[in-house]
Amino acid sequence: MPLLGFAPYGFDPFAELRRMQSEMNRIFSGLGAAVTREFPPVNLWLGDNSVLVTAELPGVGRDDISISLLEDVLTLEGERRPRQEGEVRWHRRERSYGSFSRTIQLPFRVDPDNVQARFDNGILEIELQRPPEDRPKKIEIRAV
Amino acid sequence: MAQEVRTAAQYPPERPDSGERTTARPTYLPPTDIYETPEDIVVLAEMPGVAPEDVDITLERRVLTIRGRAAERRHPGYQQIHAEYSSGDYERVFTLSEDIDRERISATHKDGVLHLILPKAESAKARKIALKAG
Repeated sequence: MPLLGFAPYGFDPFAELRRMQSEMNRIFSGLGAAVTREFPPVNLWLGDNSVLVTAELPGVGRDDISISLLEDVLTLEGERRPRQEGEVRWHRRERSYGSFSRTIQLPFRVDPDNVQARFDNGILEIELQRPPEDRPKKIEIRAV
Repeated sequence: MAQEVRTAAQYPPERPDSGERTTARPTYLPPTDIYETPEDIVVLAEMPGVAPEDVDITLERRVLTIRGRAAERRHPGYQQIHAEYSSGDYERVFTLSEDIDRERISATHKDGVLHLILPKAESAKARKIALKAG
């Protein structure tokens, strides 16, 4: 099956189409094939004047995540530390450890002073607001 | 960046043999680490979005069942424009090869990861028969 990843930056309609295609391939091939993906997987939500970024970060401590913002590019960095101690006999290893970095292109410039981040049960949610001066202005049409 | 982490796999929704589930949400197999120390079997299962009170663990004979129900996350006023994961429930069943001391099992759930310590039963340790060389 084709190994199609996601566009590393933001929303790309063609990436969405490719994703749908690969999803279809995956469903119809009936395989549980391991497809490596970017870590962490990210969902993007668009509001009226805000954007919400959610990411699955199970097993990463709150203090091990760093979020930075430059113009309209959001970067998530951090490290997932292994928990086992000493000499152990492995039965199965399906989780991965180490450092990660993910860059997300937001659909518009955001106000760096008005960002809210929450983290609970392994899900990170970052809510970013569009600065008031960038918001679309409604233009009245005057009757002649 | 020293080492890049990638998600282990995208697990397909489980196809149960015993009929369909009543909820229409997908059920995922949580990626799991299992290791053994001289005293315990340790299980680490990833279930992001599942609150500690929504984790359900059963051990019947040697069959260990882990279930997690992720809370529905609604974002009123928001429209999804990009998706790389979807929320759902988690379920996975393992058959253990060791006898477990049920009284001393301990389970914690933190940051979406279940940490289960299953101490090996004393009786199982005593019952091991040593092979003599020759």
